[in-house]
Amino acid sequence: MVAYLVAILIFAMIYGFVALGLNIQWGLTGLINLGQVAFFAIGAYAFALATHAGMPLLAALVLATLVSGAFGGAVALFTPRLREDYLAIVTLGFSEFIRLIFLNEKWLAGGPDGIAAIPRPPTIPGLDTETSFLVVSAALVGLAFWFSQRLARFPIGRTLRAIREDETVVASVGKPTLAYKSQAFILGAALAGIGGAFFASYLTYISPDMFGPNVSIYVLAAVLLGTQGSSLGTLAGTAVVAALLEGTRLLKDYITIVDGVQLAALRLMALGLALMVIVVIRYRTTRSP
Amino acid sequence: MSAQEVLGAGGLIAGYGEMQILHGVGVRLSAGEIVTVIGPNGSGKSTLLKTLVGLIRPSAGRILLSGQEITATSTRDRLRAGLGYVPQVRNVFATMTVEENLRMGLFALPGAVRERQEAVREILPTLNDYWSARAGKLSGGQQQIVALGRALMASPKVLLLDEPSAGLSPKATDEVFRHIRAISDRQGAAVLLVEQNAHKALAISDRCYVLAEGRNRLDGDAASIAGNPEVGRIYLGAGDGSQKA
Repeated sequence: MVAYLVAILIFAMIYGFVALGLNIQWGLTGLINLGQVAFFAIGAYAFALATHAGMPLLAALVLATLVSGAFGGAVALFTPRLREDYLAIVTLGFSEFIRLIFLNEKWLAGGPDGIAAIPRPPTIPGLDTETSFLVVSAALVGLAFWFSQRLARFPIGRTLRAIREDETVVASVGKPTLAYKSQAFILGAALAGIGGAFFASYLTYISPDMFGPNVSIYVLAAVLLGTQGSSLGTLAGTAVVAALLEGTRLLKDYITIVDGVQLAALRLMALGLALMVIVVIRYRTTRSP
Repeated sequence: MSAQEVLGAGGLIAGYGEMQILHGVGVRLSAGEIVTVIGPNGSGKSTLLKTLVGLIRPSAGRILLSGQEITATSTRDRLRAGLGYVPQVRNVFATMTVEENLRMGLFALPGAVRERQEAVREILPTLNDYWSARAGKLSGGQQQIVALGRALMASPKVLLLDEPSAGLSPKATDEVFRHIRAISDRQGAAVLLVEQNAHKALAISDRCYVLAEGRNRLDGDAASIAGNPEVGRIYLGAGDGSQKA
């Protein structure tokens, strides 16, 4: 039971990176990214490939961050003037494009077989491997949280919020809004890449089917649960989504009227229903046109 | 270009992507004058201002500011060169205080913030009443004054105002127009004013341009345009018929 709780917490930390990234993009800047899983996947694969090539873990983590950020920059470069609804469609398409590349290009990343034997960080003396991984991931999520908080309070964060409210006002004082939006997208993608690296390292195996569009939706749900633009709210939302997704697996011991497959479907339906209720209640008054 | 002309634009062709809105529009402003641009919805008034300030790049035409060509320069460079721009509605940084909003007005042209804020408060003394308030909490009229103040921070030679009375009550509209007149008189800035509220705008203006379907249709002194029956026909023919001119 404790081991299972630790596992849930580790997943919460991993998705915490991805959600904090989306919070910079959507929460702070208003850029709707429905393909955050793409940068998560790129980070995971970059980390796996780099470690297999003999790169030290820390260097591989940095590389995964940079590669994800670079892909974020590329997406921002090709969608500079897209309206937010079109950006949502492009990012959704991009995430499927990336997944299909990993699925079909066997020479690059093993195709459907994925990549196995991805190394974990060394265990902290005195702790078991799981708890050690939790401590390391929690420390880095803490760092990412601190960075997000600082970003939001600095002038750049206030400018990003102003872009979210109305881009024309920001442009009217001579601020380069496209550059600011690109920076937000790159930072968000880089954070997702860190999450991907931790994901790959934790599971020690990755394959393309782990990076479907549902991951982007889970992360979006986590960000929606928090107050828009709040890093703390985003992390709390991530914990709730992780608990809903993973914690409900325990229900199989208590709910016997449905079988395991039906329960798995019911869990996802419950998450979808929760998302609908949250959006309807939470954004009914604050996000009216 | 005449000796006192501060802004001159001609043959402007511009729009959004494939959709062309301006079909060769031109305007000229002299120092210290208030010029109003009126026209039916969709005639290109706001597009004209966005093109002048560099938010939209024209595919043809020229823009001169104090005799210097600025057609291909960035918005930031245009603000540095002496343009000020106040967009239409929701034109303040809502989460910032009034003081911070004015500070943002010096982003393109860093300078002595305190001195400029003092100067702007002298021109728009009503700002003192809500100096520390969050801009998003202010009334529409107060927000418009804040936006005017922010644009004044960089001491512009030309102020471009996009429908400053949009969404305001008649009383707030009078207040805003009174301040626009004060800006012109005390700061000496030329003002190019795009307005739907033609009667009130013409009352404080020296000259007027009438646009229709992205083209110059009429221009002249404000009083003669206000009394011109063709203006009413332009509105009724190409607009929604609800305008007052």
